[in-house]
Amino acid sequence: MSKVFAPLLVVCGAMFFYAPFLIVGAPYEATMGLVQKIFYFHVPSAMTLFLSAFVAGIASAIFLFAGRPAADRVAAAAAEIAVVLGIIVLVSGPLWARKAWGVWWQWDARLTSTLVMWLVFQSYLLLRRYGGPGSERLAAAVAIFGAALVPFVYWSVNLWRTVHPNTNVVPTLAPSMRGPFWFCVAAFLCLYVLLLTLRTALESRRSELDALYLALED
Amino acid sequence: MSFMAAVALVVRKDLVIETRSREVVYTALLFAVSCVLVFAFGFVNEGRADPAAAAAILWIAIAFSGTLALGRIFDRERQNETMRALLLAPVARPAIYVGKLAGVLSLLLMVQAIVVPLVALWFQAELFRHASLVIALLATGSLGYAAVGTLFAAMLARTRGRGALLPVLLYPVTIPVIIAGVKGTVALLQAEPNLAIARAWLMMLIAFDAVFITLALWIFEPAMAE
Amino acid sequence: MEPLDFTSLTFTDVTRNFGRRRALNRVSFSCEAGQIVALLGANGAGKSTLLSIAATMLEPSSGAVLYGDHSARSAGAALRARIGVLGHDLYIYPELTAFENLAFFGRLYGMTDVDRAVAEALLRAGLEDRASEAVSSFSRGMRQRLALERALLHSPRLLLLDEPFTGLDDASSSALRDRLQAARDRGALVIVTTHDLEAIEALVDTAFVLNCGRLQPLAAGAESLRVRYRRYS
Repeated sequence: MSKVFAPLLVVCGAMFFYAPFLIVGAPYEATMGLVQKIFYFHVPSAMTLFLSAFVAGIASAIFLFAGRPAADRVAAAAAEIAVVLGIIVLVSGPLWARKAWGVWWQWDARLTSTLVMWLVFQSYLLLRRYGGPGSERLAAAVAIFGAALVPFVYWSVNLWRTVHPNTNVVPTLAPSMRGPFWFCVAAFLCLYVLLLTLRTALESRRSELDALYLALED
Repeated sequence: MSFMAAVALVVRKDLVIETRSREVVYTALLFAVSCVLVFAFGFVNEGRADPAAAAAILWIAIAFSGTLALGRIFDRERQNETMRALLLAPVARPAIYVGKLAGVLSLLLMVQAIVVPLVALWFQAELFRHASLVIALLATGSLGYAAVGTLFAAMLARTRGRGALLPVLLYPVTIPVIIAGVKGTVALLQAEPNLAIARAWLMMLIAFDAVFITLALWIFEPAMAE
Repeated sequence: MEPLDFTSLTFTDVTRNFGRRRALNRVSFSCEAGQIVALLGANGAGKSTLLSIAATMLEPSSGAVLYGDHSARSAGAALRARIGVLGHDLYIYPELTAFENLAFFGRLYGMTDVDRAVAEALLRAGLEDRASEAVSSFSRGMRQRLALERALLHSPRLLLLDEPFTGLDDASSSALRDRLQAARDRGALVIVTTHDLEAIEALVDTAFVLNCGRLQPLAAGAESLRVRYRRYS
């Protein structure tokens, strides 16, 4: 485990411990009141989800074109974390929507984009699990397409929205909300790096184990 | 062997095989028509249906029959490992991809030639009012769908992965294409067709096709290696 | 695409893993054009894997394969034009006729005057009167003969045959031996895997044995192939 891991763990833990205090201290939003505070975790996890999608896509491209197996391990880890983050966003979103607007689901740009990205990376995981030998390359192609898809999903859903206006107002952040928001973003980034390192290390252990089995045959 | 000559060779071979058995055309067509029929019973009230329903059904039928066709086309290559023989040949690998893509696309367009009039008839949808735009949407949408589908199906055939995985992989990635196709078609089917919106969706489809075909051409060669 | 040629095939410490299984373990050998090489071994010993790597269909996990001075990666399509493969699965399209199958692959390999070459190939295979019938109506032996012609059509420098004698009757077997001999005399390097040691007895110049992924040359000697091979099992 790299030397930076333990201090990072401490920092991350401290940030998440402190975050609720910051959130409580932040002002109430005008229309939604207390419920809006879900936003401080909901949005950073969405941002990290898309970051993870790009990491998976770029790592997959490196694996396919430069042939580095380590890149494939990073991609697998990033995809798994993307799915987990997706679940966080897709659960916190409806919880917020229910309380704020009375409906469980909103076909707005962000939630729909998240759902599509989540589906793409979930299919990546299914492929790696059930695809049989040699499916790493196909999975890499799926991840590259998934990452390339992000602007298109956003574009298509945004365009769709302008035709059907709805009640979701993009929050323009009041200055006093920015502090807690960016703190939470930083906390989630920290957590992401931590999780990615851990999960990639697990994949490395797996391939070391495979190498040991192979060495047995020598 | 030049790139286009190789593509033409693969396309001609597939065409000969298909015209002999006609298996894929018939099954895909029958499937699409059955799909549309089932939905017609659900959505058509007193001879009229919501334009959104007609558009959605059209694109769903295309997507489903496309997956069926892709599965059958690549199962053929899987059977006698002829995919390997193609990869062994001294042609640029992307040429094989383009050849297969041309085949899949022509099949999709053939199915649409039957399904579009059927939907227009059964759903009382004014699909021919702005025929050129509808055709453009269908063509670009089918191209995007086929581009991604051909790559994934070819890779599944190569690794002998289960064909059942194709829809699992294909549908999430092609959702923007379907959204664009449906929304564009709906804009044209409304009582007052919104040409500007339809054109906006068409732009998105063209951009999608450009990006994803380029990506597929890059990815095909390293992805087919083992 | 400039034409490429080579006169030797060299494997150096080639290893191939499939997940946790080592199919080939530091395989090294070298052969020259104008030889018929037999690759022997039990089922599952790695013979097909070795042939796939030689055919550029698989990449080795480590080690190098050289065709003369060229490697598969650097030479690309030009190298593939000089290789002919007869695999387990025959690689022919059942829906096409015998003529169409050969013509397709002939054109794919960039041959000129394809029709004449195909007609000659069909004659050699004894299939000239079934030329316009779909391959799906052929027996296993006929398909094998057609597949062999497909592999030989473009006069490859390296000919790889995976168990070509399976399912052949005596006449076809003898015809196959003649074809292999002709190929060798033409200067091809022929590598054959087979369990039918008697069939290739007279033809073989060198033989190797694969045992659990490890390659050894078969000891030379006056005794028959089978007797020498038995010493390794």
